[in-house]
Amino acid sequence: MKEENSLSLFREIAADPYAYLRRLKEETGVKMIGSTCTYTPEEVIIAAGAHPFRISGQSQTLSNSDAHLQAYSCSMVRCMLEDGLSGKLDFADGVVFPHACDSLQRLSDIWRLNIKSLHFDVLLPVKLDSEISKNYFVKVIGRFKNDIEKALNATITNQALQDAIALMNSIRSSMEKLYKIRSENPSIIKGEDMAAIVKASMVMDKKECSAALQEVVGMLSGNENKKDGRKRILISGSICSHPDIYNIIENKDAVVVWDDLCSGTRYFEGVIKGENDALEAIAHRFTERYVCPAKHLGVEFQMANMKKIIKEHNIDAVLFIFVKFCEPFSFDYPDMKNELQKMKIPFLMVEMDQHNHVDEQLHTRIDTLLEIM
Amino acid sequence: MAGRLKATKKMKRIMRNYYMEAKYSKYLGKKVAWITSGGPVEPLIAMGVIPVYPENHGAMIGASKMGGRLSEYAEGLGYSQDVCSYVKDDITSSITKESPIKGGLPEPDMLICSNNICGTVLKWYEIQARKFNVPLFIYDTPFVHTEFTDEARDYVNEQTKEYIRFLEKTLGKKFNYKKMNLVGKRSLHAMKLWKEVLNTAAHKPSPMTAFDAFFHLALIVTLRGKKIVITYYQSLLKELQERNKQNIGAVDNEKYRLLWDNLPIWFRMRWLSEKFASHNAALVADTYTQAWCGVIDYIDENDFLGTMGEAYTRIHLNVGVDQMADTIKGFILQYDVDGLVMHSNRSCKPYSFGQYDIQNLIKEMDIPVLMIESDMTDDRKFAESQVEARIDAFMEVIKQKRKEKSEG
Ligand code: SF4
Ligand code: SF4
Repeated sequence: MKEENSLSLFREIAADPYAYLRRLKEETGVKMIGSTCTYTPEEVIIAAGAHPFRISGQSQTLSNSDAHLQAYSCSMVRCMLEDGLSGKLDFADGVVFPHACDSLQRLSDIWRLNIKSLHFDVLLPVKLDSEISKNYFVKVIGRFKNDIEKALNATITNQALQDAIALMNSIRSSMEKLYKIRSENPSIIKGEDMAAIVKASMVMDKKECSAALQEVVGMLSGNENKKDGRKRILISGSICSHPDIYNIIENKDAVVVWDDLCSGTRYFEGVIKGENDALEAIAHRFTERYVCPAKHLGVEFQMANMKKIIKEHNIDAVLFIFVKFCEPFSFDYPDMKNELQKMKIPFLMVEMDQHNHVDEQLHTRIDTLLEIM
Repeated sequence: MAGRLKATKKMKRIMRNYYMEAKYSKYLGKKVAWITSGGPVEPLIAMGVIPVYPENHGAMIGASKMGGRLSEYAEGLGYSQDVCSYVKDDITSSITKESPIKGGLPEPDMLICSNNICGTVLKWYEIQARKFNVPLFIYDTPFVHTEFTDEARDYVNEQTKEYIRFLEKTLGKKFNYKKMNLVGKRSLHAMKLWKEVLNTAAHKPSPMTAFDAFFHLALIVTLRGKKIVITYYQSLLKELQERNKQNIGAVDNEKYRLLWDNLPIWFRMRWLSEKFASHNAALVADTYTQAWCGVIDYIDENDFLGTMGEAYTRIHLNVGVDQMADTIKGFILQYDVDGLVMHSNRSCKPYSFGQYDIQNLIKEMDIPVLMIESDMTDDRKFAESQVEARIDAFMEVIKQKRKEKSEG
């Protein structure tokens, strides 16, 4: 079945993203630029003829990074560093560090001092709700463009940027369609496969990705709406790329219908509007889509956004998945929790010691939430 | 023994009066702003607003050994075990009013948050802005990994103006530029005096220790821009210079000199200072208290508002690990220290991550390094016997080295 074919492409890439990237590099010789956060302006990298990909922190043991980072740093940061130090990323030509949380900020320093590759700091503002910071945001993207041009010895034309925007827009809108189809009709595709699609799309060749996504969307649309009576779950947090979580939930007569994850909607949310100045257009997407808790868009933003999602997608329960030691996400939790209590929406918070590993305890806790409901 | 610095008493009085004034601000017709420790306080002083520092309060909570308990309470509300304890102390105290100051901090009329020390404060001030339902101003200082870019300079300078507009709006009165001029000059003067105070520790034996610096720091943090800070540090400086003249050391029979990195362990100050003193070791300097005079060179006293943006952006915690290592190298030479003690502070990730690399970067200085893992206020995260054994072992290494050198 064709549908199975395109799905299996995503599954295969998600299972071993670095193997895919290594192959891509061998086959095309394209310059590979890794990114540590969804605030990377991928369009600029694409317009320079290079390939942007997300560093997902694949390492399970941390023998190298332990010499640089204390054990109370989050597993995202430790595993990314381990990937870098252990040579898992030897195919990468450079890495981008957008300013996000305190831990990523120091990761950039440590990386620069220990791993030889092109290094890009993108010194984004944290407050995004003033005109001054929006202007600054555009200038930062402009500097990144110059840095990339210099480092890769490339010229980035306005046309190339517009093309890259169009390409990324097509990926983002397909992804959004897919999410919406699934919210309407949760049995149409397994949660595990959805997670694989997002994860793969963060590393895939963008044209290949765009085409494959369109194929999947084409095949899934047009099916009649079937709300299937299962409890509808929202996952909230930073990174949750572990397929097991979706299965645990689906085995309990519930289903994840939406998320606000960096490894989910935060990656593709917000289509870039057709503006004359490409850099401005790119910056505006970042200041208008819904923001990461490490950024500021007013003091009520995270709560309001969650309420909106709950309403739009008829959410029955919220599962917060946090990476242990992560400050930005965990600080919002108590106030979010209070809001949910007022709304009488059940919720559970679980902390993952390692973002890429689901242990027994986590399994049991998720089971318990679903049973309580 | 040198005994306590005489200024200590005066300092306590000033702080008591300051908190009294803040507490009764409403009756005095004054507004209270909560502000982060690295935040631009001078415009507040110029506008007659009373600045209150939850971090200074956190330090007091820590020193009163209440930190673990207050953190635990906040954890009961859903805050994580693994986040900055200053935040948890403050959240708890603002609810339960538990505090070394009777009744806790006065409630804020506005919040001023600068992320030049960490991203944590952003979340912290968002939480309190929701709780108290007061306006929040964020002074956003782009991180200086390797360079302070032109656009970052424009950005912070624009924000200085935005900040003034915010104050005018919130207070409903025009900004007082004339007063600002004076406050700016006083602030710079105070920072210079603070630097001189810290510099006296280069003398052998050192007239003060880092523990003294942690204590006397409170004024430069909370009240810089006010005249009283200047007169206070002038008298402290005189006292220290006098000690130096008479060769009076803060630690009896000082033989070894150490440098401290990161925030203090507020609840173990005395224990640590006695522990080191028992080895005839004095912690003569630290990277933390130096942060309030490290950027003097960027400030133009005749254009404080126009230059404070850069100064506030380039502070010790807002620069790359390699620049931090350079600063540490400078202190090692200036204070002629025999060892470095690094507090790996579970609360403070921006200060602590990178400490291993700093160790690598200062290898050429050939001094032993001790790393103590703890927390600045959460006493649940301190393992006394382990720390004690490690300090003893570390001091043995230092003594051995000294011996080899002298036999050399
Ligand atoms: S999980 Fe949290 S602490 Fe870790 S990199 Fe992401 S935002 Fe930063
Ligand atoms: S201790 Fe560190 S994390 Fe906490 S407020 Fe201070 S600088 Fe920020």
